[in-house]
Amino acid sequence: MGLIDLEAPVAVKVRGIVNRFGSQTVHDGVDLDLMNGEILGVVGGSGTGKSVLLRSIIGLQQPIAGEVEIYGESMIGKDENEALEVRRRWGVLFQGGALFSTLTVAENIQVPIREFYPKLNQGLLDEIAAYKVVMSGLHPNAGPKYPAELSGGMKKRAGLARALALDPALLFLDEPTAGLDPIGAAAFDELTLNLKRTLGLTVFLITHDLDTLHTICDRVAVLADHKVIAVGTIPELLALDHPWIQEYFNGPRGRAATAAVERAANGVR
Amino acid sequence: MLEMADYAEDQSGDKAVIRFLGRMTLARMGSLPDRLATLARPGCVIDLSQIERIDTIGAWVVHKFAQAQGATIAGAGVETQRLLQLVAKAGDEDVLVRPETPNAVVQVLGQVGDAVAEAGRTMIGLISFLGAIILELLTILRHPSKLRLNAVVHRFELVGINALGIIGLMSFLIGIVIAQQGAVQLAEFGLQSMTVNLVGIASARELGVLMTAIMVAGRSGSAFAAQLGTMKLTEEVDAMRTIGVSPISALVIPRMAASILMMPLLGFYATIMAMIGGGLFCWGSLGIPPASYIDGLQGSVRLIDMTVGLIKAPVFGFLIALTGCYQGMQVKGDAEQVGLRTTSAVVQAIFLVIVLDAFFAVFFTAIGWD
Repeated sequence: MGLIDLEAPVAVKVRGIVNRFGSQTVHDGVDLDLMNGEILGVVGGSGTGKSVLLRSIIGLQQPIAGEVEIYGESMIGKDENEALEVRRRWGVLFQGGALFSTLTVAENIQVPIREFYPKLNQGLLDEIAAYKVVMSGLHPNAGPKYPAELSGGMKKRAGLARALALDPALLFLDEPTAGLDPIGAAAFDELTLNLKRTLGLTVFLITHDLDTLHTICDRVAVLADHKVIAVGTIPELLALDHPWIQEYFNGPRGRAATAAVERAANGVR
Repeated sequence: MLEMADYAEDQSGDKAVIRFLGRMTLARMGSLPDRLATLARPGCVIDLSQIERIDTIGAWVVHKFAQAQGATIAGAGVETQRLLQLVAKAGDEDVLVRPETPNAVVQVLGQVGDAVAEAGRTMIGLISFLGAIILELLTILRHPSKLRLNAVVHRFELVGINALGIIGLMSFLIGIVIAQQGAVQLAEFGLQSMTVNLVGIASARELGVLMTAIMVAGRSGSAFAAQLGTMKLTEEVDAMRTIGVSPISALVIPRMAASILMMPLLGFYATIMAMIGGGLFCWGSLGIPPASYIDGLQGSVRLIDMTVGLIKAPVFGFLIALTGCYQGMQVKGDAEQVGLRTTSAVVQAIFLVIVLDAFFAVFFTAIGWD
């Protein structure tokens, strides 16, 4: 196989994805491009298949039809061993953190590193875990704790630390701020943005959080009617005349979030 | 081919220059960290202008080396500097990675202590759980309409009727095994015909009920713990409390009633199945026809033997339901607990059943029911 081109302009290319569960169609021809270096927010009503789309991209769900390319590598029907080469370029943060409950936070972070680079010595592994713990905003004494001892927000940070263990170029976040209080959610947004800037990450982000969309997303993709109906910046989306998009961004919560962003922008000036 | 991370040494004026080369990434790190650990160049200059790429792990390795040698870093691009700052900030904090482990003696003593305390807590917990059940029963006695009859009958089916197949088969086979082993030993004394007595008394007094209890503990005791544990995790139990439904009367008492009432029935059934199994072996292997086998049973197995077996059955059923429900209600935190508690429920139930069985044996002998 060829080398993975991390400089490719399109990090993830999705073409014509079809997913069906029984008689229920979730996706019917989803097209989406995730550009290198951007944070792309994915929104859609409940049951429009945001998580299913994520699972299709990262290979946990085999779509009925369609094509997924990651850094130019076609992922559908790829041999498991060959897929590994691409897999270590990405990190995934699942909704509940999905930490391994029998391992400590530090051990959780070390799992992917051990899996791909078993020869690394324990001392360096511990140092890596230590700076990842701090980098993801966990308390310095969180390393030896077990997931059951962590709060929801800390679990997500620990999950993020594990997702970043291999220094991926691509990060998938599934509702990272769901279930967090507004302060915790804002802090998580800031962390995502900071990490994106310092590490040069490309981020695919599923969210319902309008504040997250406004503050950190470069572009937003809207899933509705089994397709991606629009992709663009929020002003671009607002210019469209689709009822769901209007309702979403111009509903009471949408307006409040827009106003907050404007206030913040004026404050800076 | 991509370059592995490496370094070259140089001299510039009176200072050593360590020039890093290649890809300073996790994938290309190779043995570089180990080689750097043995290198001593105090006050050297680190040149990063030749590297192809760097990630946080590369930055960490450079940062650590620079700190150990008191070196100055030169030639880092903007992004490299950003990464170096990031890991430096994180590295300055005193981060715990693994729990502090005390020495072995303290650890062993601590574990023994924990186990003793845990055993004590379980004892106290079981007794107070029993107290809560008795209080709830008193309420139900005063207001019989509070008894959830539907739930109880549903449990009868799950605990009793659904277990008939497996308990029947198990007892049947145990009957055959007792008869076969007994026949071989008794033949040495020329008392092969006594096999009938052996099968009859062993299954009526002990094995029928005891094996049933072990099977019910594995089948229903574990199910009780797992069901209640899952309901605790999903906050169903808390939801019940807020609505004003007592979890003890809605969840525990139906299971307990089913277990106490079904155990004697299952025990009796198991005893009969064991006798049938033994009888079949006697007929086929020892040539004792069914009519004489039944005659022999009637002569050897007294009503008192049957009573001794069946008196124990509800007590065992009670213990199984008590440990199962108690362990289920103790689940807190994560899903792993459900598994641990289910295991404890079965182990404790079987242990208590066997302890009590020994106690019963001594007791019945003492009162002359032998």
